[in-house]
Amino acid sequence: MSLQEDVERLRSIPLFAKIEPSKLKLLAFTAQRVTFNSGENLFRQGDVGDAAYIITSGTADVVVATPNGPLTVAQVGTNDFVGEIAILCDVPRTATVTATSTLMTMRISKELFFELVSQFPEISVEIMRVLAHRLDVTTRQLQDALSKLKAG
Amino acid sequence: MEQSIYKFVLRYSKTQQIFVLLVTVCSLPFYYVSLDIPKKIVNGALEGGPEDFPKPLEFFGIKVVDLDQLVLLFALCGVFLVLVCINGGFKFYINVYKGLLGERMLRRLRYQLYSRILRFPLPHFRKVSQGELIPMITQEVEPLGGFIGDAFALPMHQGGLLLTALVFIMVQDWRMGVAAIAFYPVQGYIIPKLQRRVNLLGKQRVKEVRKLSERIGETVSGAQEIHAYDTSQYELADFGHRLGRIFDIRYQIYRKKFFIKFLNNFMNQLTPFFFFAIGGYLVIKGELSLGSLVAVLAAYKDLAPPWKELLNYYQMKEDSRIKYDSVVSQFAPPGMRDEAQLDAEVDAAEPLSGELVVGNLTLSEDDVRVVDGVSFSLGVNERLAIVGAGGSGKEELTLLLARLLDPTGGRITIGGKDIKTLPEAVTGRRIAYVGANAQLFSASIGDNLFYGLKHRPSQEAGYDAKTAALRRDALAESARAGNTTRDIFADWIDYAAAGADSPSELTAAAIRALTVAEMVDDVYQFGLRGTIDPSAHAELATRILRARTALRERLADPDLAGLVEFFDNEKYNTNATVAENLLFGTPVDDTFDMERLAENAYVMSVLDRCGLTEDLLAMGHEIAGTMVEMFSDLPAEHEFFEQFSFIRADDLPDYKELIGRVDKDKLETLSEDERHKLLSLPFKLVPARHALGLVDDVMQPRLLEARKTFARDLPDNLSSAVEFFAPDRYNAASTLQDNILFGKLAYGKAQAATRIGALISEVISELDLYTAVVAAGLEFQVGISGSRLSDAQRQKLAIARAVLKRPDILVVSEATARLDGATQTKVTKNLLTEFEGRGLIWALHRPSLANQFERVLVMRGGKVVEHGKFSELDQPDTHFKMLIAAE
Repeated sequence: MSLQEDVERLRSIPLFAKIEPSKLKLLAFTAQRVTFNSGENLFRQGDVGDAAYIITSGTADVVVATPNGPLTVAQVGTNDFVGEIAILCDVPRTATVTATSTLMTMRISKELFFELVSQFPEISVEIMRVLAHRLDVTTRQLQDALSKLKAG
Repeated sequence: MEQSIYKFVLRYSKTQQIFVLLVTVCSLPFYYVSLDIPKKIVNGALEGGPEDFPKPLEFFGIKVVDLDQLVLLFALCGVFLVLVCINGGFKFYINVYKGLLGERMLRRLRYQLYSRILRFPLPHFRKVSQGELIPMITQEVEPLGGFIGDAFALPMHQGGLLLTALVFIMVQDWRMGVAAIAFYPVQGYIIPKLQRRVNLLGKQRVKEVRKLSERIGETVSGAQEIHAYDTSQYELADFGHRLGRIFDIRYQIYRKKFFIKFLNNFMNQLTPFFFFAIGGYLVIKGELSLGSLVAVLAAYKDLAPPWKELLNYYQMKEDSRIKYDSVVSQFAPPGMRDEAQLDAEVDAAEPLSGELVVGNLTLSEDDVRVVDGVSFSLGVNERLAIVGAGGSGKEELTLLLARLLDPTGGRITIGGKDIKTLPEAVTGRRIAYVGANAQLFSASIGDNLFYGLKHRPSQEAGYDAKTAALRRDALAESARAGNTTRDIFADWIDYAAAGADSPSELTAAAIRALTVAEMVDDVYQFGLRGTIDPSAHAELATRILRARTALRERLADPDLAGLVEFFDNEKYNTNATVAENLLFGTPVDDTFDMERLAENAYVMSVLDRCGLTEDLLAMGHEIAGTMVEMFSDLPAEHEFFEQFSFIRADDLPDYKELIGRVDKDKLETLSEDERHKLLSLPFKLVPARHALGLVDDVMQPRLLEARKTFARDLPDNLSSAVEFFAPDRYNAASTLQDNILFGKLAYGKAQAATRIGALISEVISELDLYTAVVAAGLEFQVGISGSRLSDAQRQKLAIARAVLKRPDILVVSEATARLDGATQTKVTKNLLTEFEGRGLIWALHRPSLANQFERVLVMRGGKVVEHGKFSELDQPDTHFKMLIAAE
């Protein structure tokens, strides 16, 4: 795994597609490569958020604690970006992310993330787009759930 | 202390001063004869023809023997030579003796001043600064040593010389004598007058210099504020102004001093005018022999130096008098502790018992009653909480109870004895006090813990015969200077006070005390991160090696495998830097400093031999290029530089210029300095972390080869500079933790550090090593005033120190305020348990904690407003309830 490969990988993630190569190199160089075994948590709901993760290979579950026990709300895999909410708005982790296979990630610290966001407005726009998309999905799920509840 | 320096000198060195005087008096007749010889040679041996001989050789009118002219000449010259030797010998002996006397007295004076500081009442330290006290004891009294040696001997000796020479001149001719001293009365009148003005200035100068050092002290301790408020220019102006005042005073002193000198010199040089005029007249008239005139002139030459010395002495005496007065007056504040109270020895201090009775206790500070008529009584085995708002007097009350302050009214008795009259040997051992800002000393954690046990030497130091003799002499000399004869190298630790019999039991007691203060884990961590000397702790080293094996066995578990990459001489460690891989050991000193390995000549020669230099240079060039590309746009102060860059922000432009100028294939054109610059970069590479693809499968075996060459060819003179990694040997230069780990944490394994930390702890407790590691942690140096510890650690250590000496009463004043909430609660609980059946008096900063105490005292405005059980006070509308509500 060389720096150049990492840069290519980052470039293939929409969020970073438009960033100039030297910054991607910096991102790849400063990001920490962290490996998780299946069953290990990237972070736990309620923790203080200090980093986001780019998954470079493997899969993980996004689990939320509910009164009825843990609920898996999503599955993530290669080239997905997780954990950005907690570092964006300084709230505790909103979900627990657990590796479901051997998971290779690039850990991007909060400082590095803000460095990138402040220097590249494109990233901000891209993040807005991703978040809006997620909100859309969540809203739709909520509507479904509510209508099911009414119907039930 | 003695009011004047003369009283001080006489009190402590009368015999020695008399001895010096006697020796001086003995030396004078020889001096007189040596003055007389030149005349005898001229008048006796040289004058007259052969018909006048043999002439008698005579001294003091006694004829010794008749001699011929030549024999007489040589005999007289011989006597002269002998006298020169005797006079020189006297001078040498007297000077050395005076030096010894002066130094001894200086030592005594400094010791007395320091011991007086130890007797100052504590409130006095608010009025006097370190900056004033330190120079007084160190510099200001220094010249006094020289003066004390001379105090009587010099005026007597020089006066004697003067008188001898004068008597000699008088004997030759009284008129010449009168001429010689004609100006003395004038000098004697004018000079003291001038000197008085110099003295006044001298006093002023001393004061100003003290203020100056006080200001410097303030600057050092207030450096943070100066920068926070941008007042450095103001401080500079203030300092400049003070220097200016000192300059003015010193300049005036110089002018006056040198004017006095000028006056003296001038008058002294006028005297020969009379000699030549009067003496010449008398010789021509035949009333004085030429030999006598020659002798008088020679004697006069000897007259001037003693006179000059006497005048100098006068100036020095005045100077010393002022210095002594101005220093000593600062060391006698009112309310000083009695010397006997500090020194009194009690046999195995008996435990305090009975009632602690406080009667109408009052403490006034600047006419404000901080503690106002407090009365209560308490069994010495009871636990009392004192609560109150800030300024309620609770803090002062605890200080009074620990006898650190003396009350201005009322009294405290324990078992009927007024604690004011108890020697410190009782209060300082049976009562302990921990305040909110405990002071630690610049030593190890262990030294600080045991500080409270060092009252008197408990066991003599075990010296070999030679050292023992030296130490005996040193202590005897110490006694001669009025210093203590207690040996600092003795074992001062009072083991019994800590309930221990031996050093190893003491360690156990220390660990218990640390546990009570919730400090033991901190010390354990220090131990893990500390080093030990395996030759002194052979057993521990062996057990650490056992832990290494045990940890490795655990890490064989597939779930844990890969968390650590072990050191293996045959394998390249991808989680270590290139430098660490090359050295494959721990640097012992600066020779193989990892940061500057590229500058080491031996390392470079190894790389050359292995043909690696050019490859590393190329790697350096590539790294520099990547770094410049990635970091150039970042502001220089960006934290990434420190965290990630191989090149410091300041150096980046240099590297940028360098790689812009020199192509990768033209590296041979680089200068020596530039080669070093580039070579330093690849040494920092960690393949597992820096995915630059530079230290690949081809490079790793080559570096491995270099590692082996490095170790094999290491010259003998460098062999002590590095401690190589070996699986079955304890590495003295590495920490305990690294010795157990014997490898590198794998990069990029989630939670690796935490998991390995937990595993190491497991192994340590399994092998029963915990105590040994904590004991190693006791060696940790806390730094100046404990600066290497956190606030909370300092307080916890202070609490442990108080617990260790097992006092009958522990007085605590907000000592846990700096700990986090959970630890506060734990420490409070631990101490309450620890002091069950003993006395615990605690001024609490959180009134709610009082519920665990047997008695509660509520203070307000210096007075006790409520007193009783927690349940009695925890009622509506009590002050206590209000305090809890306000918490």
